[in-house]
Amino acid sequence: MSSHPDFEKMSCPLPLMDHDTIQLAHGAGGLLSAQLIDKLIVPRFTSPELDVLEDQAVLDLPPGRVAFSTDTFVVSPIFFPGGDIGDLAVNGTVNDVAMSGADPIALSVGFVLEEGLPMSDFHRVLCSMETAAARAGVRIVTGDTKVVGRGSCDKIFINTSGIGVIPEGVRLSAGSLAPGDTVILSGTLADHGMAVMTVREGLSFQSTVTSDTVALNGLVETILTAGPGTKTLRDPTRGGAATTLNEFAKSSKVGIKLDESTITVRPDVAGACEILGIDPMYVANEGKLIAVVPAAEKEAVLAAMRGHEHGRDAAIIGEIVADHPGLVTMKTGLGAERIVDMSVGEQLPRIC
Amino acid sequence: MKYLDEFRDPELAKGLLEEIRRAVTRPWVIMEICGGQTHSIMRYGIDQLLPDEITLVHGPGCPVCVTPLETIDRALVIAAGDDVIFTSFGDMLRVPGSNDDLFRVKSRGGDVRMVYSPLEAVKLARENPDREVVFLAVGFETTAPGNAMAVKQAAAEGLSNFSEIVSHVLVPPAMEAILSSPACRVQGFLAAGHVCAIMGWEEYEPIAAKYEVPIVPTGFEPVDILEGILKTVQLLEKGTPGVENKYLRVVREQGNPAARAVVDEIYEVCDRKWRGIGNIPRSGLKIRAELAAFDAEKKFEVEGIVTEEPAICISGEILQGLKKPHECPAFGTECTPTTPLGATMVSSEGACAAYHKYSRKGLS
Repeated sequence: MSSHPDFEKMSCPLPLMDHDTIQLAHGAGGLLSAQLIDKLIVPRFTSPELDVLEDQAVLDLPPGRVAFSTDTFVVSPIFFPGGDIGDLAVNGTVNDVAMSGADPIALSVGFVLEEGLPMSDFHRVLCSMETAAARAGVRIVTGDTKVVGRGSCDKIFINTSGIGVIPEGVRLSAGSLAPGDTVILSGTLADHGMAVMTVREGLSFQSTVTSDTVALNGLVETILTAGPGTKTLRDPTRGGAATTLNEFAKSSKVGIKLDESTITVRPDVAGACEILGIDPMYVANEGKLIAVVPAAEKEAVLAAMRGHEHGRDAAIIGEIVADHPGLVTMKTGLGAERIVDMSVGEQLPRIC
Repeated sequence: MKYLDEFRDPELAKGLLEEIRRAVTRPWVIMEICGGQTHSIMRYGIDQLLPDEITLVHGPGCPVCVTPLETIDRALVIAAGDDVIFTSFGDMLRVPGSNDDLFRVKSRGGDVRMVYSPLEAVKLARENPDREVVFLAVGFETTAPGNAMAVKQAAAEGLSNFSEIVSHVLVPPAMEAILSSPACRVQGFLAAGHVCAIMGWEEYEPIAAKYEVPIVPTGFEPVDILEGILKTVQLLEKGTPGVENKYLRVVREQGNPAARAVVDEIYEVCDRKWRGIGNIPRSGLKIRAELAAFDAEKKFEVEGIVTEEPAICISGEILQGLKKPHECPAFGTECTPTTPLGATMVSSEGACAAYHKYSRKGLS
């Protein structure tokens, strides 16, 4: 071995470029950030607006009022039966925009990644976002990625914002409900919430329950075509159907009367709810909507919904009444009447 | 769903209601012991469908409700400890102590975890040998075997970092306390089906004989409850008090001997404070003296914490069936599920919470 250093063979130690986990440097704005964006993210979300990689997306929108919504997704675990945080983040914001009657056009995506997140997990989330966006017919046009130290977030948080354009003549409002209007639910309740709960730490048990996460903009279009007089649409996510219906009753200062026998819950979901002592009316859905339509249009809307793949199990579940403004009541299976209240915080499994 | 749908069958329920109407000739006051039954009665509106002669009053059988404020205050102190993993069933997390609840302790950095089985807490103790794992063991006879089994398992494994705050309560002494009150108006009981699944019904025979009341072990679905009410009414009308089981698919006369044995091995009977009611002699279970190493209240030296309950709330009278929730001036105004003043509004199974949730309409 020579005692003199060999300058000929000297090279600068380049940082390791192939990482199997997310590093803080992936969010630092340098080479690793660029690589993550170019190699992993942009190929999944290709769109004319995104591909130019400017600091903003510039959109040409069709004429009409613009609906704009944002939501942040922090679900744990990030993968659950029937979906993951990626398709949830796309479908959730698409649905929030679509409930105004708008045709969702474009989404922004903001990632907060935890240092150490397996690259394969991030890739899997990106792939499901790509698929969900394609299914919903929306483009992901701008985005941002931040990395935080281990423990500063739980694996991955995703914010999505979306815009859509509302067709001429459509003005939906939860404040426009009147006695006589009909309440239609697009399908079974509680699938998403129970799917997540069955795999949550400490509660896991084997089940066949899967999330219903899906984009509902197609179903919304179908409803508005069949029922141009539709009063309001809302997807009963957190807090479940009970919370959405209470919001309707309060916004319009009307009562709502439901018929318990018309509300359906899948047998496996009902079983999971029974085991945990949880009421499906308060459990989150990610692929269902509640429509309120004038009585004259109820049959047409119901038939159209049942003809759509995401509304096959649609049913009329109740009506708007002048009695008890602000309160939702339900005819029980036995024929008595009870209140369906707002939920008080998180649903918790009972002792016995 | 099998074993559920048939017990929620509207036609069966209608038939039973008709039989109850035929059987009843005068007013009767019947108490359902268990909070789960109260919840079911309100959820299905059974109280609205019964003939006017029958008054249902709601018993003390909600373990969350009757857990004394003092126990919660002690739990909060332990849960805030640095080296502690504090575990509990879900619905205890929201129960307020004097100034705080477990959710808030968690938000300030306490390691508070919801478990579905006490054996999960034992598993945590096994996996975290350098931390103390404490389980809040509350409930009636129903949950006692599982909670006792957790101590038995921890002892067998030599886990010195597992302990329980035990605040178990027993149904028969509470029934005696209610029946021996001069103001008592309860004439018959629907006994708590799941308690009887463990304990059987032999311990109710002397109570039925002494106080001359019918006691009917009853399930939790609408058809179960209506069958229990029908049998109670029939016994009352005939003037033949006694114990008759109507939860046939679950309850045996001896209960579950294996479960009772593990409870006896780990716990012993003690005097117990009930939130809203006060002290009832020999109405609770505590960890046996020889197993004191698993008694969290001793281990963490919190036995000195003594809390008196606020006087405004009438939950004591409600838990004894003397008053109904809407007879309280604070009901639905100062006292709501988000701002509970007392025991019966605290848990979703408490009578006040069930009234608030399902039948506020027309009461205000």
